[in-house]
Amino acid sequence: MHDDPVIRVVSKVLIPTIMLFGLYVQFHGDYGPGGGFQAGVIFASAFLLNAIVFGMNKGRHVWSPAFNLQCIALGVLVYGGTGIAGLLLDGNFLDFNVLLANPVAGQHLGILLVEFGVGLTVASVMVGLFFAFASRPAHNRLMHQEDTRLLKSSTEATAEPTTTGASVSKKGEVKK
Amino acid sequence: MNFFVVDAFLMVLLTIIGVMAVKQHRLFGVIILSGSYSLVAATWFVVLDAVDVAFTEAAVGAGVSTVLALATLSQVRSNEKKRPIEPLALTVSIGAGLLLLLAVMDMPLFKDPSAPVHVHVGPHYIGESGAEIGVPNIVTSVLASYRSFDTLGETVVVFAAAVSVFLVLAGWTRKRKSKDEA
Repeated sequence: MHDDPVIRVVSKVLIPTIMLFGLYVQFHGDYGPGGGFQAGVIFASAFLLNAIVFGMNKGRHVWSPAFNLQCIALGVLVYGGTGIAGLLLDGNFLDFNVLLANPVAGQHLGILLVEFGVGLTVASVMVGLFFAFASRPAHNRLMHQEDTRLLKSSTEATAEPTTTGASVSKKGEVKK
Repeated sequence: MNFFVVDAFLMVLLTIIGVMAVKQHRLFGVIILSGSYSLVAATWFVVLDAVDVAFTEAAVGAGVSTVLALATLSQVRSNEKKRPIEPLALTVSIGAGLLLLLAVMDMPLFKDPSAPVHVHVGPHYIGESGAEIGVPNIVTSVLASYRSFDTLGETVVVFAAAVSVFLVLAGWTRKRKSKDEA
């Protein structure tokens, strides 16, 4: 797939656009539809597209697994930390009114931080999940071949060169 | 009245896609069908004026989960085994479906102003969030401020799910060490 010039060129144009749109959804969530969850997924899809089109190694080069793990934890920490900041400033847990002198401005800041935490966690989880599945060797075709071969060797009498001694002796018994 | 036609069309489309996904035995087809199901569902959410939900459904359901399911498909066999229908399983699922239909009849009608969801905290959110939070998108102020504790829980769930997947599929984070090194 990654030899197709059309797909390569189109994704080179699309990837930065997708990332910009993800940031827009992230930071414009107060005013329009959107927020951390959606923005995280959109932002991650740019990295997924990169990994699908240009290969897993390039993908891992752009967003390394160690960095990814740190980002997953950091997002939750930003969220929880915003809550604890409210506690430290004589408010309740996750009380944004006390973050700044003006309660409404404090709410704005709190929502922005919290949404950022959600977006960071969701984006890195999505990239991480994809890498976790896709960087394992594909067993699909291999397993299928093995299954059919096992099926053949159990039903047909003709021995295949790769079958083990045990199955050959079984077949001998069947022939008798 | 126009909206009824659109609703009915989308519902019929959802049902057709659902039945096709159940009938389909090639898992690749099932994944593509479930992606298109999410896309139609997102369209329907737009009709219901739930733009944020539609956004999530389109991005998560139709987008990323399709890709994740395809990545999973590379690890497993691509065909579902054909099995005869078991009578017990059929009875249980039909029974559960009938119970659900019974429960739906007890729910308040759509757009009913006296429904519990519209008389509890909803009026407060709609009336006061402009002064209290000052964010034009009420969905965001409910999700991030009024119901912030729930959203923290959701984020932790996402975190925990990812950590458990990494524990099961270990070995992708580091390069494989040679035996004498370990």
